[in-house]
Amino acid sequence: MDEVTSVLIVGVGGQGVILASEILAEVALKVGMDVKKSEVHGMAQRGGAVSSHVRFGPKVYSPLIGIGDADVILAFEALEAVRWAHYACADGVVLANELRLIPTTAFAVKGAKYPDNPFADLERAGYHAVKIPADQVARELGNVRLANTVLLGALSRHLEIPEETWIETIAARVPRKTVDANREAFRRGRAFLLYNE
Amino acid sequence: MRKLLSGDEAVAYGAWRAGVKFASAYPGTPSTEILEAFARLPNIYAEWAPNEKVAVEVGIGSSLAGVRTLVATKHVGVNVAADPLMTFTYTGVNGGFVLVSADDPEMHSSQNEQDNRLFARFAGMPLLEPSDSQEAYDFVAYALDLSERHDLPVMLRLTTRLAHSKTVVEIQEEALEPPVHSFRRDIKKYVMMPVYAVPRHKALLERLARVEAEAEESTVQRIEMQDAGLGVITSGIAYQYARELLPTASFLKLGLTYPPPLRMIRRFAKQVKRVLVIEELEPYLEEQVSALGIECEGKKYTSRLGELTPERLATALESANVKPAFHPVEGVPLPALSRPPVLCPGCAHRAVFTLLKKTGAHVFGDIGCYTLAALPPLEMVHTCICMGASIGNAVGVAKTGRSQKPVVAVIGDSTFIHSGITGLIEAVYNNARITIIILDNRITAMTGGQEHPATGKTLMGANTTRVDLEALCRGAGAKHVWRLDPIQNDEFETVLSESFRVDGPAVIIAEHPCQLYPVRQDRVPMVVDAELCNGCGACLRVGCPALVTTAELSSEGLPKVAIDAELCTGCQVCAWVCKPDAIKFPVGEEVAHG
Repeated sequence: MDEVTSVLIVGVGGQGVILASEILAEVALKVGMDVKKSEVHGMAQRGGAVSSHVRFGPKVYSPLIGIGDADVILAFEALEAVRWAHYACADGVVLANELRLIPTTAFAVKGAKYPDNPFADLERAGYHAVKIPADQVARELGNVRLANTVLLGALSRHLEIPEETWIETIAARVPRKTVDANREAFRRGRAFLLYNE
Repeated sequence: MRKLLSGDEAVAYGAWRAGVKFASAYPGTPSTEILEAFARLPNIYAEWAPNEKVAVEVGIGSSLAGVRTLVATKHVGVNVAADPLMTFTYTGVNGGFVLVSADDPEMHSSQNEQDNRLFARFAGMPLLEPSDSQEAYDFVAYALDLSERHDLPVMLRLTTRLAHSKTVVEIQEEALEPPVHSFRRDIKKYVMMPVYAVPRHKALLERLARVEAEAEESTVQRIEMQDAGLGVITSGIAYQYARELLPTASFLKLGLTYPPPLRMIRRFAKQVKRVLVIEELEPYLEEQVSALGIECEGKKYTSRLGELTPERLATALESANVKPAFHPVEGVPLPALSRPPVLCPGCAHRAVFTLLKKTGAHVFGDIGCYTLAALPPLEMVHTCICMGASIGNAVGVAKTGRSQKPVVAVIGDSTFIHSGITGLIEAVYNNARITIIILDNRITAMTGGQEHPATGKTLMGANTTRVDLEALCRGAGAKHVWRLDPIQNDEFETVLSESFRVDGPAVIIAEHPCQLYPVRQDRVPMVVDAELCNGCGACLRVGCPALVTTAELSSEGLPKVAIDAELCTGCQVCAWVCKPDAIKFPVGEEVAHG
C-alpha cells in the first residue's frame, strides 16, 4: 500500500472535479503506473458535493482511498476541503482553493452557517492545509475557468511526474485556443507552492 | 492498446469486441454510460427503449434472430424487466444474450440497494461478477460464449464502484464476427404455453447443471494460495478491498457465482484453517458456502447495508480478530455544512414546486431530478417509490376520499413514457380526481441528458417521430389537458387551480427545456436592488444556488441578498416571491429577455 499514491479531488458539482481527476489518472497511466479512479455520477452532480478518488502505483487494488490514507487532498472549494480533510494521512497535505461557494443549506436550514475561516479550522484540527488563490490567479490570466489548471499545477508539485507529461495531457483535453493559457496557468500553480511552502 | 476505462465503458468495448451488434437499454445510474459508449462504436445498432421490460423484449428478439445482444440496466430496472426474463431462461437464446445489471450498493443514486445476484438465482441465469474494468471487458465475451453454449441468457453484475471506476484495460482494436444463426421457428422451444413450458423448465435445470459443471473448471474462478491460516472467499469489487487489506491471505476469487462451483469451494475450504466470506449486501456466497456444511463467517462482521470501503472492511476484519494491512485513522470528519444536490438555477421544476407550495397540495412524486424538491427548502415531493409510481399512488389516495387537500402526481417526461402511461389510463378509467403534472423538460435529465421517445431523436443521433404527449393523454381519454410553460406563472397558477376543480383526472404538461441538456440555456441574469431588499429571505426559500446573502444588513437587521450572475438564468422564480419587488432584470435587459 505504501507504494501507492492516493489523491482525493473534491469540489462542487459542475466545477470540473471529474475532468481534473481524469487528467491526473491519464498522467499517471502515461508514466507507466497502474491506475484506478473512482467517483459517483448521477445524484452527485446538480451542485452537490463531489469527490473523486485517484490511486496509482506499481499495482493498485482498491479504487477507493481509505479514510486517513490520502497523500494529497486537492479541494476546488474551501468548505469541501473541510468536509474531506479526514481522508488525509498523517503527513498528507490539503491543497485548497480559497473560493467559497455557499450551499443553499446555509439559508434553508436554521442555524446552518458557512465557516468564517475554513483554513483556520483545518489548521486547528491539525491538518497541513495550503491556501491557493486559484480563481484570483486565473482571473489575472484573463479567464476564471483556468482555475482548475492552476490547482493541477499546485498538485503537480507534490507528485513525481514530469511537468511535460502534465502539460501535454492537459493540452489534449482543453480547447485548442486555450492551450497556451492553460500551460501558463499550470506553471503559475506549480510555481505558487514554491514560494509559499 | 492500454486504456483507462470505466466498468461501463469496458462492458461496451468488450461487447463490441465479442461481436455484439445489438444493444438496448433505458438510462439508469450507474448503467447509463454502457449504451452511450457502445453507441459510438462502428457497425452496431444501439437504442434507448421506453423502459427496461421493452429493452429485454427487444433484446430477446435480436437474440432469437441470431445476433449477439447486450441489454443494460440499473438494478431496479431488472424488476421492470423481470417478466420476460423469468421466462427467457426457459426458452433460451439463439444469439448470445448478456444482461448487465448495474447494482447500486449505498444507494448513491437509487431508491433501494437490492442485490441482484439473488435475481440471477431466482430466474436461473448464470451470473458473472467482474472485479475491475479488465474483467468487465473479458467477462462480457465469456458471458456471450457461455450464453450460446448453454442456451441461456447470462447476467453480468456490476456495482457502482465498478461501473464508475476507471481502471486499466488492454483492449483489442477489432471486433470478432461470430457466426449468425438466423431465426428458426421452433414452437416447442419458444412458445411458452403450459404444454411446452413444462418440459422447458426441466430443460432449464439440466442446462444449469451443465453450467455448474463448467463453473468448476472455468478460468474466471481463481485460487490464490498463500498463508493457509486464513482463506477468503469473495467476488466482484469486494475482492479488491479484501486483497489490499489482506496481502498474505489465501483467496478463492469467484467470477462465475451462479451456479457456484461447489467442489472448488469445498477443496479450498479444506486447504485453509479459517474461512471468511467477504461480500457486499446480501450473504449470497456465504449462504451457499454454509449450505455445504463448511464453517465460515461473513455477515457476522461485514454489514448487509451499503457498500464496502477500505475503512469499513478494515474495521470488520479487526472485529474478526484479523489484522488488516491498513488501519483507518481515528480522524473524525470536521463538522461541515451539508451540500446536497439541488435543482439547477433556472430549472423549471423549481417554478412548478414554488407554485404548488402555495396550494398546499399533497404531491406524489416519481424518479428524476424533481425528486430533489423533497429536500428543504421546497419539501414539495411527498412520496417516491419507483419509476411511474406517482400517478397510481395519487389515484389510490384520491379514491379513498380521505385527502382534504388537492392530490397531485408529478412525473417527468421520460418517466411518464417509461411507466406513467398505464397510471394515466388507470386514472382515466377509474375517474380519479387528481392533477397529473408532466414535468416535460424534453430530456432524461437526472442520468445526464439522454434522448427518449418524446424528444424526437434516437440514441444514435437520428431524427425520429416525437411522441406527442398531449395527443397521447387525450387518446387515453383524459378530457382536461393543458400544455404550458410554468415560467409563465400567472397562467400556470390559474390552470393549476382550475385543474383542482375538475371532477376527474386533469393533466398539465409543464413544458420548459432542461437548463443543461441537450444544450445549456441562454442566460440573462437578474440583479437585486439593494435599496429595496429588506432581507426577508423569501427568495432564499425557493432553494436556488444563484442566491446568496451578503454582509450588508437591511433596516430590520437581516442580511440582504445578492445574485450570482455566473449562475442566474433569469427564470424569475425568486422575483415571484419577492414582496418588495427588489429582484429585476438590469435596466435595458427586460426587452431583450422578452
